[in-house]
Amino acid sequence: MRLTRGEHLASRLNYLALGFIALLALLPFLHIVAQSFSSHQAITSGRVTLWPVDFSFEAYVKVLSEQAFVNAFKVSLLRTVIGTLLNVVITCMLAYPLSKAYIKGRSAIMFLIVFTMLFNGGMIPTFLVVKATGLLNSFWVYIIPGAVSAFNVIIMRNFFQGVPPELEESAKIDGSSNIGTLIRIVVPLSMPVIATITLFHAVGHWNAFFDTVLYVTDRNLFPLQVYLRELIMFNQSNISNNNGYAANIDSTLLALESLKAAALIASTVPILIVYPFLQKHFVKGIMLGSVKG
Amino acid sequence: MRASIFNWLKKEVFPSWQLYLFLIPATVYIIIFAYVPMAGVQIAFKNFNFNLGIWGSEWIGLDNFRRFFDSYQFTTLIWNTISLSVYSLLISFPLPILFALVLNSFTGQKFKKLVQSVSYMPHFISTVVIVGMLVQLFNPRTGAFGALYTFFSGELLADAFANPGAFQHLYVWSGIWQGIGWSSIIYIAALSSVDEHLHEAAQIDGASRLQRVRHIDFPSILPTATIMLILAVGNIMEVGFEKVFLMQNELNISKSEVISTYVYKVGLTIGSGDFSFATAIGLFNSLINFVLLIMVNYAAKKFSDTSLW
Repeated sequence: MRLTRGEHLASRLNYLALGFIALLALLPFLHIVAQSFSSHQAITSGRVTLWPVDFSFEAYVKVLSEQAFVNAFKVSLLRTVIGTLLNVVITCMLAYPLSKAYIKGRSAIMFLIVFTMLFNGGMIPTFLVVKATGLLNSFWVYIIPGAVSAFNVIIMRNFFQGVPPELEESAKIDGSSNIGTLIRIVVPLSMPVIATITLFHAVGHWNAFFDTVLYVTDRNLFPLQVYLRELIMFNQSNISNNNGYAANIDSTLLALESLKAAALIASTVPILIVYPFLQKHFVKGIMLGSVKG
Repeated sequence: MRASIFNWLKKEVFPSWQLYLFLIPATVYIIIFAYVPMAGVQIAFKNFNFNLGIWGSEWIGLDNFRRFFDSYQFTTLIWNTISLSVYSLLISFPLPILFALVLNSFTGQKFKKLVQSVSYMPHFISTVVIVGMLVQLFNPRTGAFGALYTFFSGELLADAFANPGAFQHLYVWSGIWQGIGWSSIIYIAALSSVDEHLHEAAQIDGASRLQRVRHIDFPSILPTATIMLILAVGNIMEVGFEKVFLMQNELNISKSEVISTYVYKVGLTIGSGDFSFATAIGLFNSLINFVLLIMVNYAAKKFSDTSLW
């Protein structure tokens, strides 16, 4: 396409605007990263903005060696792995029959699923059910009540409907069972949508904190997000500051800042590590799933 | 009769019995964790008593609702909830569209991809971390924003989290920071399906860039935008509960107490535990949402061709 002079100008302005937006998205991260690598004095005197001052790993060493942090990290990791696995398996199991027109009663089940998106019992009645099932204060309260997400079932079902039926029929003729067809033909063909749903559920599990607030009081079951909340909002930490900065109360309080920053980064890094690998899938997955509505 | 059912089962169901088996766990799950709580909503009309249970408690009609309407917090709660979500909607609905339009009218593919990837990223960060970062950034003495403020004005920034007036701005604009890239995905996808020839033809006819955005790009995302607007308005009473809850403190509570945080407080914090009253407030909230959704959908159907049903 031939561009006029005005359009050249416009595209330069676009570059600037977009670059600015991208930068704006990154700046808060940079600030926290800078704080996490800076010394206590540098932060206290307000010298840290976007670049670490008096570079040190001290805050990370302290955070990563604290028992409560390690324990919370383990709970979060366990919950993410087990929870996501169950989510994905049960979503596939539900979505596959629902994608087949010859399954009787599938529209009734579909209605049951869609209706949960429009109306739900609310916080208290759900709490009463969870209480009645005896899940309060157990690890499984993180896994079971959120096992099926209506939205993801619909995305997955739409994707499964797009798998060519000829492939499945030929597998059947070759003597494959329904389960065999699902595992060997349908699932491999649906990797984009499975990757998307895996990402959504994994991020959801890793980031969840409110189910702990609602259902769990046992501190040994606190996940990372709850640990962070206590550290940042209530300044609660068992990390000792015996490096000579505890001379007065003011500097002790402020020394916490780099610890907070380090904890924030340490708990976000796992997501940022998997993000680039799954990123190319999820946009495709969302679009493929939603187009056919 | 019996034989025919048996035949039907044998012919229709048995060949794919494994698939029917697949349906069972998730369906049972949905009934237990979604439909039993829906039945539990009846305690909004009851005086819930633990010993008598959900079904055994005594009916008291609309007393819980009346108590809520008469409470001195009623107007504050409604106003806080509505003003926060309307403010949020007014900002967070158009900005992703604008972002998508700008991004789309852009020719450098590599740079575009980079900007997109960077802009999605904050979506995956937890609410706890987002609020934590806000607290750090706006710290008057150690935060970057606090430092900037001091640099330009020479004064110490007032603590934003202690200021009720700042609460809504912090909430909405940090939401934009987190969500603008993600919310724009659906519009970018709609824009990418626009036929390139339309643009070329318009260009030959002498249409400027802005005119092309106005007459080609904009109409092509209008149906998507309508659906998104209906969904957003249908969720208007459903403010981001977790984030409000995390940002709330005793100093900004006059602005940050919304219906859902109040439900939690009344129902589940130690010392109160008024389950029936909390459920009634929650139900009231859902009902307003539901009515709004139906109204907006009706309006959209009337004034455009796009609607949810």
